[in-house]
Amino acid sequence: MEAIYAFCVGILTTCGFFLVLRGRTFTVVIGLTLLSYAVNLFLFASGRLKLDSAAVLGQSAEYSDPLPQALVLTAIVIGFAMTAFVVILAMRSRADQGNDHVDGQIRLPLNQTHISDKRNG
Amino acid sequence: MQHLPILPILIPMLAAVLMLLPPLSNSISRHRIFAVLVMIVLIIASTWLLLTSHQQGTQLYILGGWEPPFGIALVADRLSTMMVLLTSVLGLAAQLYACAGDDNDGMYFHPLFMFQIMGVNGAFLTGDIFNLFVFFEVLLIASYALLIHGGGKQKTKATVHYVILNLVGSSIFLFALGILYGTFGSLNIEDMANKVTLLGEQEQALAKAGGLLLLVVFGLKAALLPLHFWLPNTYAAASAPVAALFAIMTKVGVYSILRVHTTIFGEDAGALASIIIPWLWPLALITLIMGAIGVLASPSLRLTAANLVIVSVGTLMLATAMQREAATSAALYYIIHSTLITGALFLIADLISKQRGKAEDRYVSARKMHHGKVIGITFFIAALTVVGMPPFSGFVGKILILQAARGMSEMVWVWPVLLIAGLACLIAISRAGTTLFWRSSGKSSNDVPISRLKLIAVALLLSASPLLVMFGGPITDFTNLAAAQLHDEGQSVYAMLPEGDK
Repeated sequence: MEAIYAFCVGILTTCGFFLVLRGRTFTVVIGLTLLSYAVNLFLFASGRLKLDSAAVLGQSAEYSDPLPQALVLTAIVIGFAMTAFVVILAMRSRADQGNDHVDGQIRLPLNQTHISDKRNG
Repeated sequence: MQHLPILPILIPMLAAVLMLLPPLSNSISRHRIFAVLVMIVLIIASTWLLLTSHQQGTQLYILGGWEPPFGIALVADRLSTMMVLLTSVLGLAAQLYACAGDDNDGMYFHPLFMFQIMGVNGAFLTGDIFNLFVFFEVLLIASYALLIHGGGKQKTKATVHYVILNLVGSSIFLFALGILYGTFGSLNIEDMANKVTLLGEQEQALAKAGGLLLLVVFGLKAALLPLHFWLPNTYAAASAPVAALFAIMTKVGVYSILRVHTTIFGEDAGALASIIIPWLWPLALITLIMGAIGVLASPSLRLTAANLVIVSVGTLMLATAMQREAATSAALYYIIHSTLITGALFLIADLISKQRGKAEDRYVSARKMHHGKVIGITFFIAALTVVGMPPFSGFVGKILILQAARGMSEMVWVWPVLLIAGLACLIAISRAGTTLFWRSSGKSSNDVPISRLKLIAVALLLSASPLLVMFGGPITDFTNLAAAQLHDEGQSVYAMLPEGDK
């Protein structure tokens, strides 16, 4: 279970960082969302993974650490608000700059402007 | 008063909420009066807290009666209360400046401003590293909105970069917290300081990774070298009062590095002692050098001021890397000085830019300024202070840091870099001054009146410079005590973990 869990978190983080490094705000926002998923799962695991153990005393033979769950909850709420903000900001930036590049302008070699532009998304 | 430590967080929060409600909402003049009054109350509360914590020892506030290390606690020791008072003073000046008109460019300037102050104060007062994250987010989301306040292409672009960078930073922060919680089993700073020596060998490697990740996050906030590229454009794009307030934001990063890496991973941390120091030395030196080059290369006064912020961060990081009480004490003195003066410099840049019409604050010759004399005097004082010339506070701050480095093997690096960076700033600032004030042609420009409020705000910040020199004795005594409190584990740990109730 630990291996699969760690693998998932790792894949999510990698994809998140890859997308954040792209040039368009849309992919960057998706990347940030993936990163926040990865972070939430990671925080959850910091209290150790246990089967059949509730986070409430007296509900199961073993109990698991409730604090990471509280931390995850806080992180989810904050991450959600930030994602909402960054989506609106990306739309505003698209409207203000006339394109959705994070730098506000697309710089590419002269000849292959349009084709590579579409391919790289 | 029992609830005193939480007041610097509660006052701005309640004020911000009240300003959104009917009797105050929809009227900018009522907002202004109320906001300035609140800031004055906040200054009084912060001063009171500082005196209480200075005289009666560290104040501990346990939220909801949940005892630390499990519950959330606020810790008001000398260092944090000093930073809170500094925030309030800078906040008042920035607010007065904004009241002269900049707050009317968009909606809700004052409530956002209050939320920002609340976040900064919270970050300084909290004794819990997860709570530090929460307050970071509070101050960040307010700063996003303040940065884009007023709108415009330049601001949107700067905000996009700033927001994305900081969101990635927050993710890394959470990763670091997860690692640290997984190894320490606690997120209370003082409790972690107790547990750091008890870690097993395998956990030490993890904890080290967590501690270094925290350096990345705080380095991003503080604009330490490889992570500083966002700063100049962001600060130059922000409106003047916002940029002035942002002068405290990099200091939040510096404060966090000081707090976490001195208390948890300090000299007494066994195998994990001083894990960041090998990184911090070169980074601080290069930050200082790059900042100085940036100052020399800046085409406008705002960018110069933004690069001066980087120089000050480099200086502070050097002092932090020395890991000595004397150096920390010097750094604290330098924090007060550099925050207030760079704040003032951003305001002066805006004054100049308004006077010069199309040339704004760029270093090109333009028509003469109508109010050149008043602005010239303020610029002269700010310039001398920021460069570190006697008789102003920059000089004292630099001397203290240089003195703290004496007798260390790294002195060969610290002295020349710090002094040459100072020289570079001197050259850049004198060039800026001559261009802005003397390279003028033709008649003076149209009479753009300067609001008296703006001048009061600038004067308030600039007055810190001579005052810091005049009361240099008591202030350095205080910073010495604050540094001693930070470095001496015995002084803080027992104040935090109560036996019985407190």
